[in-house]
Amino acid sequence: MTAATLFGLCGAALVGFGLYGLVTNPEPLRKILAFNLLGSGVFLVFGVVSRRAAASGLGGDPVPQAMVITAIVVAFAATAMAIALVLRLLQETGRSTLSADNPGGTDTDRGNS
Amino acid sequence: MPDANVLPDATTTDGALLVLAIVLPAAGVLLSFVLGGRYAERIASVLLPSGLFLATIIFADVWQSGHPLIYIVGDWKPPLGIALRADGLSAAMMVAMAIVICAVAIFAHADFGTRPGSVEARAPFAFWILLMAIWGAMNMVFLGGDLFTLYVAIELLTFAAVPLVCLDGRAETLQAALRYLLFALLGSILYLVGTALLYGSYATLDIVLLSRQVRMEPATLVAATLMTIGLFAKTALFPLHLWLPPAHAGAPAAASAVLSAVVVKGSFFIVVRLWFDVMPGMLGAAGAQLFGALGAAAIVFGSVVALQQQRLKLLIAYSTVAQIGYLFLMFPLALDTAAQLQGGGALTGGMLQAISHATAKAAMFMAAGLIYATLGHDRIAELGGAARALPMTIFAFALGGVSLIGLPPSGGFLAKWLLLEAAVATGQWWWAIVMLAGGLFTSGYMFIVLSSAVAPSSEPLKLRVAVPRYQEAAALALALTSLLLGLVALGPVDILLVGRPDSMMVGPR
Repeated sequence: MTAATLFGLCGAALVGFGLYGLVTNPEPLRKILAFNLLGSGVFLVFGVVSRRAAASGLGGDPVPQAMVITAIVVAFAATAMAIALVLRLLQETGRSTLSADNPGGTDTDRGNS
Repeated sequence: MPDANVLPDATTTDGALLVLAIVLPAAGVLLSFVLGGRYAERIASVLLPSGLFLATIIFADVWQSGHPLIYIVGDWKPPLGIALRADGLSAAMMVAMAIVICAVAIFAHADFGTRPGSVEARAPFAFWILLMAIWGAMNMVFLGGDLFTLYVAIELLTFAAVPLVCLDGRAETLQAALRYLLFALLGSILYLVGTALLYGSYATLDIVLLSRQVRMEPATLVAATLMTIGLFAKTALFPLHLWLPPAHAGAPAAASAVLSAVVVKGSFFIVVRLWFDVMPGMLGAAGAQLFGALGAAAIVFGSVVALQQQRLKLLIAYSTVAQIGYLFLMFPLALDTAAQLQGGGALTGGMLQAISHATAKAAMFMAAGLIYATLGHDRIAELGGAARALPMTIFAFALGGVSLIGLPPSGGFLAKWLLLEAAVATGQWWWAIVMLAGGLFTSGYMFIVLSSAVAPSSEPLKLRVAVPRYQEAAALALALTSLLLGLVALGPVDILLVGRPDSMMVGPR
């Protein structure tokens, strides 16, 4: 088994765990963590793609490396935004769940001008 | 015309306009941060009309020359560099979205305007910056020439759209924004996996280069499936629509209009790019029927739930779920006998549906916002007398509904006519039944709202505020645009097919 295959399988496993966690966990914070796990798996796959596409004598194809840097920045920004929303929700309601029976309920006015 | 499959990979004259369309909004956002919140609206009020002007020039250019505009960034050619391309689809969508965003900006002046001498407030500052960011991200979605640029664009769009949902900071809007963000993150990461797999297989993500190399093989199919599911989550296609109604209904009226009219079209546009441009021969009959079935389910489900709503904004939001379904009916209808997706009447109909829904739905959300501001509620059963208090607004709402139902001469009529024609031509009568049933449902919920609004009120209406005339005019102007969109059949409707790589091809490649 080559290193690329090993890392590829690791990436696939991380993607699987992350996807499972993102879909099954009801807690927003756990969903965000699962999203990061999923993201790490994808970044690893990018690394494998870069290694496999490398010309002889080179460590890796630079284009996927450039992409993965961008993707990491995007995932970081997304995580920061999600955490900020969770914190704000916690401040407003004292809870941070996504369940529908939560704040406001259906009796208050949902629309806004 | 030369072989349309081989696009000249060089910067065309006026190609620099494409860069301007992306740089201007970004500059506006940065300038707003530097100068501070009190200037954000002024900057937007200069830049948004110039954006419309720019989009119009690009549209005229593409229409007259009959060729796409291309700009090679930094003169580095794909596959190493990045190309920006404006074909007919991009140009038409750019103009439509610029019109909607400008109308929303006029409408939003009342709610998010900067009064002279007032202190800097958070919500207006955020709103104008986010509006410019959405405009820039949409332009990038329309112009991006490779799948990774499109990934960055769709992320920018999401990051600009999510805060718009919770501008007022109430708990339920925060929750709606968080749910929207989580759906969008799942969608974007699935899309990213797809790009990694495609790059691993073909060593390029450029749309034109990829379309020449792409083969039917497991990695490609997995990549395309993951990307499509991710984009469906972002477009809120049934059954991944759960985030949309609370998010769109809870936002302030101007924000709802942008979210419903503009933002969902971004990810839809990338679905079109992916299947029509990158891999037109890969969807196959079964995949196309599945897309159509999801669309049909969205139409039926969205309409039935819309009929049961008690509140106007939620009704309009569920109507968006239903109207998104129509966009996906074009996939089975665009499939030719060789199982290639062809850019013909069905594609034109689908894109016209996207444009006419954008204008009509923005007008309807604005009208709902004005009704809410005036009456202090948006309970449909208690709208009595609204037509007397706000005749122009109710008229705009009704005109928007006319376009959604698809009565002539509206854009919705032309779009559904083209789709019906394609359904008859390809012998797929079942999609025609879905479309006609959807029209009936739409007339049903429009009738419920309008009959309630024109009914006399049981007690004298207590009007909370007098809404400014220009807000009503902005809604009416968009509704009229949507109504008269059907008349483009006499004019530039063919522009949608400019630069289609497959429109000139005969038979399978």
